[in-house]
Amino acid sequence: MDTNLARNGLALMARFLSGASVRWIDSQPDTCQRVYFANHTSHLDPIVIWSSLPQDVRMLTRPVAAKDYWIKGAVRRYLANRLFNAILIDREEIKVHQSPIDLMIREIGHNYSIILFPEGGRQQGGGVGEFKSGLYYLCKKRPDLELIPVHIDNMNRILPRGEVLPVPMLSCITFGPPLWLEAGEAKVAFLSRAREAVRRLKEI
Amino acid sequence: MNLFDPRTLWLIGAVLMLLGAAETIVRVLGRRPESGIDTAILETFRLRVHAWWILFAILAAAFLLGHWTTVVFFGLISFWALREFITLTPTRPGDHRTLFWVFFLCTPLQFWLVGMGYYSWYSIAIPVYAFLFIPARIALAGDYKRFLERTAKIQTGLLICVYCLSYAPALLTVPQVSANKHAELASSAAKSGGPSESNSAADLVAQTPAGRTAKGDVPAARVVDAAGRLRLLFFFILMVQLSDALQYAWSQLPSKHVIVPTINATRTWEGLLGGTASVTLLGAILSWATPFPDWWMAGVMSAVIALMGFAGGITMSAMKRDRGVKDFGTLVEGHGGVLDRIDSLCFAAPVFFHLTVWWLG
Repeated sequence: MDTNLARNGLALMARFLSGASVRWIDSQPDTCQRVYFANHTSHLDPIVIWSSLPQDVRMLTRPVAAKDYWIKGAVRRYLANRLFNAILIDREEIKVHQSPIDLMIREIGHNYSIILFPEGGRQQGGGVGEFKSGLYYLCKKRPDLELIPVHIDNMNRILPRGEVLPVPMLSCITFGPPLWLEAGEAKVAFLSRAREAVRRLKEI
Repeated sequence: MNLFDPRTLWLIGAVLMLLGAAETIVRVLGRRPESGIDTAILETFRLRVHAWWILFAILAAAFLLGHWTTVVFFGLISFWALREFITLTPTRPGDHRTLFWVFFLCTPLQFWLVGMGYYSWYSIAIPVYAFLFIPARIALAGDYKRFLERTAKIQTGLLICVYCLSYAPALLTVPQVSANKHAELASSAAKSGGPSESNSAADLVAQTPAGRTAKGDVPAARVVDAAGRLRLLFFFILMVQLSDALQYAWSQLPSKHVIVPTINATRTWEGLLGGTASVTLLGAILSWATPFPDWWMAGVMSAVIALMGFAGGITMSAMKRDRGVKDFGTLVEGHGGVLDRIDSLCFAAPVFFHLTVWWLG
């Protein structure tokens, strides 16, 4: 099967199923190297953000996803490996010499953007949880990456934790203005600033 | 093809001219910001006109491609309206699986039953089977918090967005309107064969000549063929849209007596009464296009449509007020949602259907 065709088909289907309306606030889609970081409420989140990007940007963007979920079954494997070209992270075996950050940096090279979820796991309800430090260490090693906050609204009702089948309600994806890790910015300050950038998008 | 008899062509022509005129007005006024007309009113009108074009296209497609096209289109509108409704209605995680069945089983099944013309099923599938299934399934999920409230929310969504709306395409498949008791008269005037039990469009078209030979004869006029049913649906939708527009226009009069200020500040007694009166008049004038044997019947049906449309409008306004939103489509960009466009249609459809069957059946 033609992979590009299948990709566009998947994006279209994800858009329809999630009923996602996409907003860019003080921000524009661009093919430059970026980190899209979002709140995480459902397994569909990586696909939904990926599919709400314009096609040329989408081709250069790889979601970071949990290996234990996306490796199960032939369909999920096909989707993750072939279609949205995911970077799969092994959550059980995080080792010092094989850190996920190094893996991400290696995988994106100097072309790809990534989608990641700094909360580490899915949150119950619609709130935004505390960010783990991964985003900070990623930026420390690659301070040139542009950070785009993304807020996902209502996906927690479309496919909540522990459910297999989605209910096709409407959702809203909001992309916010870019930010960077400031020189010498402390970890805690940076993480709370990043989290606030995501939370702020819910109110707009 | 028999579907394009002169009456149908006249009706389509009249509507096309009306839509063309409305579109021209929108374009001309849109290019003149100095005309002094409130841009918000103009924008509302522009969206309305576009919704009318879509509805007209659906009906035109039904003329060409058969009644299933219409049924599927209305099914998709229902599905989208239900999405908007449930999205804006707080549900709990315990409702998730109930909602799954509501979306993927109840909704398509209802429209399939309507398309097949199984009147004795689609008339009760939702109010009996689905409405009993919903509370039972929520109970099974084990979450009893605000149980009745949650049940009522899902039931109301299903009732308004799916059950009520499905009665619009049901006008195309209802077997009763083929009027068994009057068909005997008609068939005796022409050829044998009697009324067909089947409700497929092709079979009913065959009866058209029977209805024609007995022109002017009241009972024979009641034999409603496929083209007649399409005109009936056309008439219904036209009247709903006209009643919306005319109630809005009449409520722009300088003297304003708002009916329920806490719910909707734009609905006035002037709008309701003036709108209903003018729609009644228009319906009576258009009675030649309907299967109703007397002009006053078409008028009365139009009045019913106007009143039900009003009821639908304020009911939806009350829900939106409670949720603190302006439109059901709030989550989808800024403009009004599908449900905002079809509120009056939903309320008018089952009543129009029932009264039509009762009168012509």
